[in-house]
Amino acid sequence: MRSVAVFLASATLAHADEPPDSSRLSHLVHQDCGSCHGLTLKGGLGPDIRPEALSHYDAEILADVVLDGIPGTAMPPWRPSMSEAEARWIAEYLLTGYAP
Amino acid sequence: MKTFLSLLLLTLGTATNAEEIRATGDLGLVVERARGSLLVIDQSDRAAIGRIDGLGDLSHASLVYSPDERFAYVFGRDGGLSKVDIVEGKVSARVLQAGNSIGGAISDDGSLVAVSNYEPGGVRVFNADTLEMLADIPTASKTIGLVDAPGRRFVFTTWDDGETWIADFSKSGAPEITTIPEMGANPYDALITGDGRTYITGLFGEDGLTALDLWNEAPQPIRILQGYGRGKEDLPVYKMPHLEGWAKAGDEFVLPAVGHHEVLWIDAATLAETGRTDTYGQPVFAMARPDGRHVWVNFAHPLNDTIQVIDTMTKEVIHEFKPGPAVLHMEFTPRGHEVWISVRDAGKVMIYDTQSFEKLREIEADSPSGIFFTARAHRTGL
Ligand code: HEC
Repeated sequence: MRSVAVFLASATLAHADEPPDSSRLSHLVHQDCGSCHGLTLKGGLGPDIRPEALSHYDAEILADVVLDGIPGTAMPPWRPSMSEAEARWIAEYLLTGYAP
Repeated sequence: MKTFLSLLLLTLGTATNAEEIRATGDLGLVVERARGSLLVIDQSDRAAIGRIDGLGDLSHASLVYSPDERFAYVFGRDGGLSKVDIVEGKVSARVLQAGNSIGGAISDDGSLVAVSNYEPGGVRVFNADTLEMLADIPTASKTIGLVDAPGRRFVFTTWDDGETWIADFSKSGAPEITTIPEMGANPYDALITGDGRTYITGLFGEDGLTALDLWNEAPQPIRILQGYGRGKEDLPVYKMPHLEGWAKAGDEFVLPAVGHHEVLWIDAATLAETGRTDTYGQPVFAMARPDGRHVWVNFAHPLNDTIQVIDTMTKEVIHEFKPGPAVLHMEFTPRGHEVWISVRDAGKVMIYDTQSFEKLREIEADSPSGIFFTARAHRTGL
């Protein structure tokens, strides 16, 4: 367990003050969010998270959903492995369908 | 096979041309998820020998084989069911059967193909020759863990309400359905043992698994490893583990924990816990080598660059290595001398010797995920 904690801490630190890396993050969204939400994000075990489906969210709240997950469900918190700026980038990307 | 041979002889009009006849016993298919294609691989040559395109969205795709190992039935995420002819290297039939599907199975006699769907939830059953739909079994929930069972049956489980359904197609006409409630909270996947007797479903919503003894007239849920995470903090699960029919290692089953970085061992006869092994990350696949002597484990994001090998006798990790970014799947050759590993973000399938752990070869592939050798055709539950 210790090695994980160290790994996660260093991953977060490394990104703390750098601008989010668009290609890495869009890859993460489609591949890793995609393992539950589908590669095209149209849904799987988790629901559809394409722009139309999320239109009722504002970006701030959506970023919090990504960071904290939805407790009591299979939606995990991503805070251990991403910065707030990265979550904000993902929220914009999900809402518009384009890299901000 | 006979008709195929004579057809070849006719068209060639000459003596048998050895190069035109392709035996399929040592072939396999690799899902190239982003591109929507299958790479045809040859185990003996350790090489890719072709590619079949036009299969739609293959993220999370899986496939099963016809008993003659000539055809693969491919279950795509977009609800597509494709019948692929490996010998001819082409898609020979394809239907869009639902909005969002998650896997499938083929009946023991090879005549029925079943597909498990998220949207709309349920299972649909098709004629394996024509892909004509024969039965529609709607459920009020997403379905998971669909497997074939002896006696022309399919078994699957519902994610939302935790019921296992047995659909018996042994008589002609509509299937006979048995439902078994109270399997537990949010079953995420299931497996059936190679003898077709025990069905085990893993739970996401609680610490534990539930088994059914399918030799019973009226199978009842048997709770196993209840509360295995007790007293330990639940860790986030970034990818659901997979349960597959490779769980038997010697006299035990080895199963991934959920929300804990460990694999769990239970006695195959009594289903009582026999041990645990701490692992590097959240296990995704814990796969016994066909002889059961070692268990290979890969992990969920962000620790998905690593594989650990566990010795079944001591339950200790005896080897750990990093094939590359995003190790998604491992497939053993039928007798277990090699393992083929898909390393998605390296764009490669890597082949390792399972005795020396030495890397033997790399094959280029476009975002490879599942690897399936045709020998699966002859195993229940694969
Ligand atoms: C292990 C599976 C899993 C992974 C991985 C996952 N999610 Fe989820 N997600 C879910 C589930 C299940 C829900 C629905 C929870 C519920 O029942 O409300 C959900 C819900 C959501 C929602 C809320 C949708 C709505 O309509 O309110 C958003 C947004 C979301 N996920 C984004 C993401 C993003 C972004 C990622 C990757 C960084 C991600 N998810 C990765 C399983 C997952």
